[in-house]
Amino acid sequence: MAEMQDRFDVIVVGAGPSGNAAAYTLAKEGLNVIQIERGEYSGSKNVQGAILYADALEKIIPEFREEAPLERHVIEQRMWTMDDTSHTGMHYRSSDFNEEKPNRYTILRAQFDKWFSSKVKEAGALVLCETTVTELVKDLTGQVIGVRTDRSGNPIFAKVVILAEGVNGLVGQRSGLRDEIAPESVALAVKEMHFLPRETIEARFNLRGNEGVVIEAMGTITKGMTGTGFLYTNEESISVGIGCIVSDFAESNVTPSQLLEAFKAHPSIAPLLEGSEVKEYAAHLIPEGGYKAIPRLTGDGWIVVGDAGQFVNAVHREGSNLAMTTGRVAAETVVALHRRGEEMDALALKDYERRLEATFVMKDLRKYKGIPALLHANKGTFFGAYPRLISQAMQTWFRVDGIDKKTKEKAIFRNFRETRSVWGMLGDAWRVARAWR
Amino acid sequence: MTDLAIAPGPKVEEKLFQNRYLVDAGKPHIRVRPHEVPSASLLAMTTLCPAGCYALAESGQVEVAADGCLECGTCRIVTKATGEVEWNYPRGGFGVLYKFG
Repeated sequence: MAEMQDRFDVIVVGAGPSGNAAAYTLAKEGLNVIQIERGEYSGSKNVQGAILYADALEKIIPEFREEAPLERHVIEQRMWTMDDTSHTGMHYRSSDFNEEKPNRYTILRAQFDKWFSSKVKEAGALVLCETTVTELVKDLTGQVIGVRTDRSGNPIFAKVVILAEGVNGLVGQRSGLRDEIAPESVALAVKEMHFLPRETIEARFNLRGNEGVVIEAMGTITKGMTGTGFLYTNEESISVGIGCIVSDFAESNVTPSQLLEAFKAHPSIAPLLEGSEVKEYAAHLIPEGGYKAIPRLTGDGWIVVGDAGQFVNAVHREGSNLAMTTGRVAAETVVALHRRGEEMDALALKDYERRLEATFVMKDLRKYKGIPALLHANKGTFFGAYPRLISQAMQTWFRVDGIDKKTKEKAIFRNFRETRSVWGMLGDAWRVARAWR
Repeated sequence: MTDLAIAPGPKVEEKLFQNRYLVDAGKPHIRVRPHEVPSASLLAMTTLCPAGCYALAESGQVEVAADGCLECGTCRIVTKATGEVEWNYPRGGFGVLYKFG
């Protein structure tokens, strides 16, 4: 390879949102960057719902709206708690979201990542696809000085390696930089792409033009497991999926594809998908351990960004924006050290962690640090008992059947009391409040 | 609680049929290490694998056919403690090629 040099300033492992954010920022600042991606192109191995949060990308490519492949801007959020036959929803829809610079978009990751990667190349980085990084190369002092790949040839050397290798993170794990993810800290999500004419989508979801709707759902759809379902409107397709914590799946007999079929067959979901043509079935892991699961992030010659660093806010279904932000901040750290001519050792790279502390990434993850354990320990309550109670209460309240309202009220409260007890409910409220604050 | 028998819809093999793959013939990226009796974790993969790659053979061992693998990594994480699965990424460029992701 003619343009391959002896030593790069930076090697970026992986071309998802965190790797692309890092490689773009570095190349834009004039550093010599090589980015290595195992897929045929950036995006070909990447799976997400997917919602793009504009803010994180705007800080990297302010004019992205003019050229990025975006599907619909989100004007309505539907939060559903479901039992087997019903859903109770909280919807927020606002025409304020029809703004000049919309806040959230639905995207198709294979197309979006390919575009982001084209920007990385334009900025001057060398992007090497169809190449899997197999291990880190260290010098005698333990400083990471490069990587080996599954292509024959010499190792590739650089002053620093940014590991944007995603949730499975084999390179970092096999080099002993971090432990394997625990099955309790990671969700398995499966997803299908359902195609429909855009007019059908707009009529079904009450949309005009490029407006879009997001549905996030929880309840008996996950069969007692910790997890959520989702449905996002794209331009001419609907992304529908469901995910649960891996250890919950392992303890149950539930097959992920059957769980998705059951969700799609739910009377609240089925009519939305009717007549669609399915064109892809995908599965992906989502790191959901939160703040407590964040591994060591820096060392001599290496930095971790994105899913490999467990940067996902499971409560708010945010991940790609944390990925892009950690990628950008890691790159900014490296640029500053490079300009000052400093060594990229553990002490110097620690600055990345200090910088992250000042962003929403660490603030949000710290805020919710108690939530993953709380939900996991009380999954039967939060994903089964309460959704059922809420549905039964709604049904009792709205069904007009000659029974007086006072009696209905009593029946609703009795149902809650008998299922959870007053102390149980107070305890649940206390635990949620404490984990939430 | 886990009765999903009523769920209609296609089998997982039919779902995989919609996907694009570039199979690295003769070089599977996942192998099950030789075993007499599978652990509970390995056995769980026969239902847990979202691509249905794992099956219990009549002889009592768990087998994997990774051609339809979605590269999620679930089996790698679930069997990490027992070491029964040898998991690598497919060679660069091979494996599932997501069209939409």
